[in-house]
Amino acid sequence: MAEASGAIHLALVGNPNCGKTSLFNALTGSRQKVANYAGVTVERKAGVFSTPSGRKVHILDLPGTYSLRARSPDEVVTRDAVLGKLQGEDPIDAFVCVADATNLRLMLRLVLELKQVNRPIILVLNMSDIAQSRGIRIDSERLSRELGVAVVPAVAVKKGGTEALLEQIDTLSPVSSPVASNWQEPDSSQVRNSHRIVERLLRECVDMPEEHHNWTDRIDRVLLHPVAGVLILLAVLFLMFQAVFSWATPLMDMITLGFDSLAGVIQQYMPEGMLRSLLVDGIIAGVGGVLVFLPQIMILFLFIILLEDFGYMARAAFLMDRIMGRAGLHGRSFIPLLSSFACAIPGIMGTRVINNWRDRLVTILVAPLMTCSARIPVYTLIIAAFIPKAKVGVFELQGLVMFGLYGAGIVSALVVAGIVRKLFWRGESEAFIMELPEYKVPDVSNVVRGVLQRAKIFLRRAGTIILSMMILIWFLSSVPSAPADATDPAINYSLAGMIGHTLEPLLAPIGFNWQIAIALIVGMAAREVAVGALGTIYAIGSEEHMAGALGGLLSAQWSLATALSFLAWYIFAPQCASTLAVVRRETNSIRWPLVMFGYMFALAYMASFLVYHLTVFLGG
Amino acid sequence: MIYEDLTECSSVSLGQGRVGLSGVVAAIDTSQCPGQVESDLERMLLEIGLIEGTPVEITHEGPFGRDPIAVRVGNMRVALRRREACAVQIYLNEEN
Repeated sequence: MAEASGAIHLALVGNPNCGKTSLFNALTGSRQKVANYAGVTVERKAGVFSTPSGRKVHILDLPGTYSLRARSPDEVVTRDAVLGKLQGEDPIDAFVCVADATNLRLMLRLVLELKQVNRPIILVLNMSDIAQSRGIRIDSERLSRELGVAVVPAVAVKKGGTEALLEQIDTLSPVSSPVASNWQEPDSSQVRNSHRIVERLLRECVDMPEEHHNWTDRIDRVLLHPVAGVLILLAVLFLMFQAVFSWATPLMDMITLGFDSLAGVIQQYMPEGMLRSLLVDGIIAGVGGVLVFLPQIMILFLFIILLEDFGYMARAAFLMDRIMGRAGLHGRSFIPLLSSFACAIPGIMGTRVINNWRDRLVTILVAPLMTCSARIPVYTLIIAAFIPKAKVGVFELQGLVMFGLYGAGIVSALVVAGIVRKLFWRGESEAFIMELPEYKVPDVSNVVRGVLQRAKIFLRRAGTIILSMMILIWFLSSVPSAPADATDPAINYSLAGMIGHTLEPLLAPIGFNWQIAIALIVGMAAREVAVGALGTIYAIGSEEHMAGALGGLLSAQWSLATALSFLAWYIFAPQCASTLAVVRRETNSIRWPLVMFGYMFALAYMASFLVYHLTVFLGG
Repeated sequence: MIYEDLTECSSVSLGQGRVGLSGVVAAIDTSQCPGQVESDLERMLLEIGLIEGTPVEITHEGPFGRDPIAVRVGNMRVALRRREACAVQIYLNEEN
């Protein structure tokens, strides 16, 4: 064993679904950091660990890929990191290639490509226990000789399953002077050639049992069945929704209660003034209003990560691809769009599973059209105040309207996606080629770690971008403060109030008055804040009976046309600062949030205009 | 295994196959795809293992319009749309 000196930089490279992340977790434990790579929106997972001999190892978990030839942003990162061209990253001393021992072929081909980079390679045959139980015998010594790289078996999800790898890492020495890479993008004949070499290697070094009937095929017979498969998918979705909306409620209530009592304490002990207002109405109300979604987001990601690790996500994408494809979306867009029913933020964060940039961008752009849970308070308020409690056949009219609003969101998302595709990226249709991985029992610690990482990312965002947005909106709605002899609520004298009055002529054609205009601006903080704002503007004192009282007041003050127009507006509701901020972050450009705001504003305006005038015409 | 001696046999397109169709990849020819496809479709197919000589079998069809299809490629499973699968020419196994 070589002396263990000097920290070493490794990168994990492998195909998607090879168990790379569990190996990464096994090696680094909790000593890992998830962030973005500098300047791009690809997730960077880095960790530190020490080998038994005490050597410090920095390790980077690169996005899964089949080739160094990069197509998606993820693959560009992998390629650049491998070639040492990634800005702000230390050069990599050696690659740890992770292969699924039951399915070596594609990884061996990638190893051949990687060898051209001229760095030491350790090939890890992960899940070697499963391979063994299936009777797959791998002559790793011969494979190592033929490939010219070290080969070690590993079982990432078992304790001590990485010992051989750690020993091998101890023998590495840091690259003193970087060796020039000979890698060039392979053309198709070179890909064919490398496959031939792999074919020979597999013949010589791997003994595969003839027929293996495994669980994956049996499960697929049910889960990919044209009828049963779709029904199960619907059941899974139903369960997921149920969980997101009902399991989260007690936790959400607790968070709301916590923030309310915090605000109460501050109100009690702090003298009235700007600072108190900033704390209570700006920071606590604003961050509380966003943090309240944390339980939903965690439950949502629990489902998503479980389904992903089990191997079901690829199946869901398979089942839904046709429907999504009609609208110019990708099968993989399905789950992020689904998440957006809770909140567009996790949905947009979830689009990272889509490799292709255009597919991902279209999905991001339409995600906020899914009716997020923040719209529910607005819908409930207006529906309760304006839609009579009548029955249409066996259905409640109010329920039907709610259902219609959800439906309108979904249909418009599909239509917008289709139009974006037809109008801007005509003819550029992306291929849908995806491995259907073997089913695996999710590893509990990997799942827990994944959920906590998502929660942390969300909290970091709530703590930075969202918080600053909240403060800005608070500033607009409280500065300048009302004159001493003010008769109207203070917000009318604020910048938001002025903007509201200025916007009124613009919004008059769709039946909105200046009060609504203010509510829309304040609603930038979070859509449901608009309800609270209407309460403030119409000067309804206490929060408790606000919903009921406000409903009554609105039904007296607004015409039916205005109310319906307001509902139509909220199907699109461009004003959600957090979503726009996250889009800015995920697309790494100011352009896309502007495009999103623009098109949603236009749609909201048109829809409200039509609804308003149609209702007036029909005598509303 | 590479079935180079079978080049005289006629081949069919994977993209038009139904569940149960099985054979061996004869050639990747992206000009067979309807409409405009990505320029590097050939390499994408090769990289996921659809290479001449690989045994393939259609195992599932999508629930809507029988598209996409799930294909067993060697000992892997791959989902792809029929449009792209049209680039994959296969020699049929005898039992078809």
